[in-house]
Amino acid sequence: MDSPVFELSGATVRYGRGLAPSLDGAGFRVGAGEIVALVGPNGAGKTTALRALLGLVPLEAGRAEVLGRPVRSWRPRELARAVGVVVQREEPAFPVTVEETVTMGRYAHAGPWRALGDADRAAIRRALDRADVAGLRERLVQTLSGGEWQRVRVARALAQEPRALVLDEPTASLDLRHEMELFELVAGLVREEGLAALVVSHHLNVAARFAGRLVLVHGGRVVADDVPERVLEPARLAAVFGWPVAVQRLPDGTVQLYPERRPVAPGGLS
Amino acid sequence: MKPLGGARFTFALALLFVLAVVVGVFVGPASLTPREVFAALTGGGGPGAAIVWALRIPRVVLGLLVGGVLAVSGASLQVLVRNPLADPYLLGLSGGAGLGAVLAMTAGVGTPWLVPAAAFVGAVATMGAVYALASAAGGALDGRVLLLAGVVVGAFAGALVSGILAVSASQGARTALVWLMGGLGGVGWPGVLALAAYALPGLAVLAAEARTLNLLAMGEEPARHLGADVTRSRRRVYLAASLLTAAAVAAAGIIGFVGLVVPHAIRILRGHDHRVLLPAAFIAGGALLVLADAGARTAFAPLELPVGVVTAVVGVPVFAFLLRRWTARSSS
Repeated sequence: MDSPVFELSGATVRYGRGLAPSLDGAGFRVGAGEIVALVGPNGAGKTTALRALLGLVPLEAGRAEVLGRPVRSWRPRELARAVGVVVQREEPAFPVTVEETVTMGRYAHAGPWRALGDADRAAIRRALDRADVAGLRERLVQTLSGGEWQRVRVARALAQEPRALVLDEPTASLDLRHEMELFELVAGLVREEGLAALVVSHHLNVAARFAGRLVLVHGGRVVADDVPERVLEPARLAAVFGWPVAVQRLPDGTVQLYPERRPVAPGGLS
Repeated sequence: MKPLGGARFTFALALLFVLAVVVGVFVGPASLTPREVFAALTGGGGPGAAIVWALRIPRVVLGLLVGGVLAVSGASLQVLVRNPLADPYLLGLSGGAGLGAVLAMTAGVGTPWLVPAAAFVGAVATMGAVYALASAAGGALDGRVLLLAGVVVGAFAGALVSGILAVSASQGARTALVWLMGGLGGVGWPGVLALAAYALPGLAVLAAEARTLNLLAMGEEPARHLGADVTRSRRRVYLAASLLTAAAVAAAGIIGFVGLVVPHAIRILRGHDHRVLLPAAFIAGGALLVLADAGARTAFAPLELPVGVVTAVVGVPVFAFLLRRWTARSSS
């Protein structure tokens, strides 16, 4: 069997001596052609797991591998040709156009000196088309809406021609339509191009609609890793999120959850 | 403002460069006629030959290098502190380089080859102090805090320079005093050569990092995921910008505003691709400093203004304009 695109196993990360670990023996895999959503409450360790997987923090124990190789042994340029990442927040210091932004996706291929060639231009054009932002080419990114900016950044990641996409809270500030558009775009890329996708999301219902698997993180550990309908169990979610929830099965089989109402006593917020 | 097209921009830049060289060579306090200058240039000798070859041409070349190097340094620093209003002067680098240079001069080792090295040590130390100060304030990644720290550390370096010059009895102190005011005179070919030798590695490093500068302008995290080795590149760019600043300061004293206004103007005219911006800033910065120097030499002839006065007189109003533009944009 091919090695998975991403593999975290027994990973422990501690941000300071004497502090409790932010990631405590966590492990999961992401294979080609699947969408995996990393979910869990605030502070559960989702972002740390992502950082560990991308080699941005050293592991105290365990392994973090990309395509079967320890992630910390990849050079940044090499890694950027294999993995495209859309980070949570990104604010350019200067005005740049959409086309310039997407072109930066080719830098990992071109290096410091080589001029961009036909292959690069083709990749840029394809990425612009695929993310449906070709019409915005000349626009300054500072003038884009939240949804357009996210699609432009997905386009830039696609221009990297990666094997995998990583999206950190890609729809946190998007409205319903733009959130669905972005997930449909990612789902299409995974289906048609065989990419692996790892998405960190707070939106459990959307994650359940699109992801093949949910990895539920709590207290730095993976407490569930399975198809959405087996992860989204009311008792487990109530324990992890500290709030009662109910779940409902849609006609197409996906599970959706809704939080119950519960009075919060004065001073009872924890 | 819509960026100029490549061809028109290149043409404008070439025109500016030629204009600066012609003005720099033909204009000066010694009243040579254009015919005499031309004769000197074409090897015809005559009364102007010594003035043109020993004074004016090295001075023009020095101006091109100093202005160019300061502008490139400013353009790179603007990316690192993520603020288009940064330059080597405001970040305290020039002040630190000045302190290093003055120490070398008063210690009696003020040769064209040792002063830049001392200035480089001063600039790097200043950069460290600026970062330490900004980090202590918890704002090492906030461009505004860095600029503030730069101004403070720069002022401190300036005070030390004044103190050293006040109590130093050495011959070097007098030289340093004249040099400190900022000027392109009295350096000649040895100074030009030293500047070129020190600047070349800095320019080469920044040329290699031009694409990374584009990435860093998007933010450190995105830059990393687009393939930049962020820590290594930032360190290299800082050292290169410090080296360029040090070389310029050692050769021509502290000249402000070139590193700020020139790259900023190119950003407005041509956009933010550093592969275009850096060479364009080098040419425009050099040309504008040569023109400013021509003004400095002739405005009160036979007296000569320090060229730093001219760049400040022109640069401060331009800076005020840019500041207004920038704050208007970031608050909208």
